[in-house]
Amino acid sequence: MNALRVSGRFGVGMMGLLLASVLFGEVQAADGSASLLATMWKWAPLIGQGFLLNILISVVAMTLGTVAGLGLGLGQMSPIWPLRHAAQIVTQFFRNAPWLVLLFYCILLLPYEMRLGGLVVAMPAWIKATVGLALPVMGNVSEIVRGGVQALPPAQWDSAEALAFNRRQTLWMVILPQAIKPMLPPWMNLYAVLIMATPLVSVVGVEEAMTLTRFALSAENRSELLLPMYLALLIAFFAYCYPIARWTARLERRFAVKL
Amino acid sequence: MLDTIAERPAPAAVASARPAAAPAVMLANVRKSFGSTRVLNGVTLSVKRGDVTCVIGPSGSGKSTLLRCINALTPVDAGTVVVEGIAVHDPALDKLALRRRVGMVFQQYNLFPHKTALENVMMAPIHVLQEDREEVEARAVALLTKIRLLDKAHCYPGALSGGQQQRVAIARSLAMRPTIMLFDEVTAALDPVMVKEVLSTIRDLAEEGITCILVTHEMGFAREVADQVCFTDHGIVVEEGPPEMIFTQPEDPRTRDFLGHVTF
Repeated sequence: MNALRVSGRFGVGMMGLLLASVLFGEVQAADGSASLLATMWKWAPLIGQGFLLNILISVVAMTLGTVAGLGLGLGQMSPIWPLRHAAQIVTQFFRNAPWLVLLFYCILLLPYEMRLGGLVVAMPAWIKATVGLALPVMGNVSEIVRGGVQALPPAQWDSAEALAFNRRQTLWMVILPQAIKPMLPPWMNLYAVLIMATPLVSVVGVEEAMTLTRFALSAENRSELLLPMYLALLIAFFAYCYPIARWTARLERRFAVKL
Repeated sequence: MLDTIAERPAPAAVASARPAAAPAVMLANVRKSFGSTRVLNGVTLSVKRGDVTCVIGPSGSGKSTLLRCINALTPVDAGTVVVEGIAVHDPALDKLALRRRVGMVFQQYNLFPHKTALENVMMAPIHVLQEDREEVEARAVALLTKIRLLDKAHCYPGALSGGQQQRVAIARSLAMRPTIMLFDEVTAALDPVMVKEVLSTIRDLAEEGITCILVTHEMGFAREVADQVCFTDHGIVVEEGPPEMIFTQPEDPRTRDFLGHVTF
């Protein structure tokens, strides 16, 4: 709760900082040049579009990573040992790899287009980058799933088994429905980390908010714009992540009481 | 389910009509270790169909493990376990086929907390036996009526008392129409009033002729209801026999010592 209030104040503080930096910039600006606010306003639609791409990338990467991570996480608990070990190795590999390096790998290794039967599917950079971000998400979701399932009392497995449920029924009808609650807060946390990692894809040339901000700055070529423009971008991310963080914390508290 | 039970003759009738009938459960020389800890050291036990067998003994004597070996929740290391003609010790055992005939109830009830009492009772017959939903529901309602919890049918386990949860757990097992029921210290976590209501539910089952094996510390219940009492210590069955024998004239000093510490 305290952390929330602090980060709320942090948001207000950032806004204040933005205004201050704009004012400071206006004062510094040479006579005759357009006002900073007007310039920023001019670029806002373009950078806003870029920010939508950030959100799209994060949502797609989260979806891919969650589906793959669920499979991998269940694989980590498989009674078949080669499958279990393979899943554990893959999980640890992607969980402990730097996101940027994975991103480069995907950009360089994935083809420009893929043939699915007769269909040729184009693979633009942002899709490749999305796959690159989905990989560490997968590794982390895998661990969240394993943790969530293993945190349940083993007696739940016993009673399902004693009722002649097979392993798949036990997992899908008894274990996973109960494990979702404890899994939700760390999963949402992971999403917040992911959305904040999306500007990484700017280094491989995807035109998201960060790339476009840099583009606008070099087009304007005014040093006094630097501070307010990046601050505006930070605030955009903060405004998107803060409600998620609040919601996560609320869920965490609710589940903490219940479990 | 009530019908099938009613059709089965009472225990006494079974004994007289088919004296040579194969035992419902037979364990011979069963051994089990967890790591370096030997839990079962050659357990031999035979349970007649329709009988109530109470397994008593000090904590850590392997009672629960013994019970879990019967429905293959715990695989045995060595020895023979035959349940209703199924070789449980066989590595190629069809566990699911076995568990359809053997129900088990646990100390901590282990109801599924995300399902209502009624759903808990209905789940296994619908998904495991793939029986018709309406039929299963009718049976589940009959079972809940029998344990006098029909008014709690739509409650989640969290809203039920321990004794109520345990009775729902018993109903959940019975919904599978087992021929054998295993009870693993099912009253150990309950207060005396709840113990009474759970034991009376078990007593009803025994009267209907379901083979019941209980691990219990309820000596009064064992004395009154059991057909056979079996005292275990250090992973072996020290002594077994009818309750009047075990409780009044135990032969083994270990049994005497244990019962000397028990108050009725």
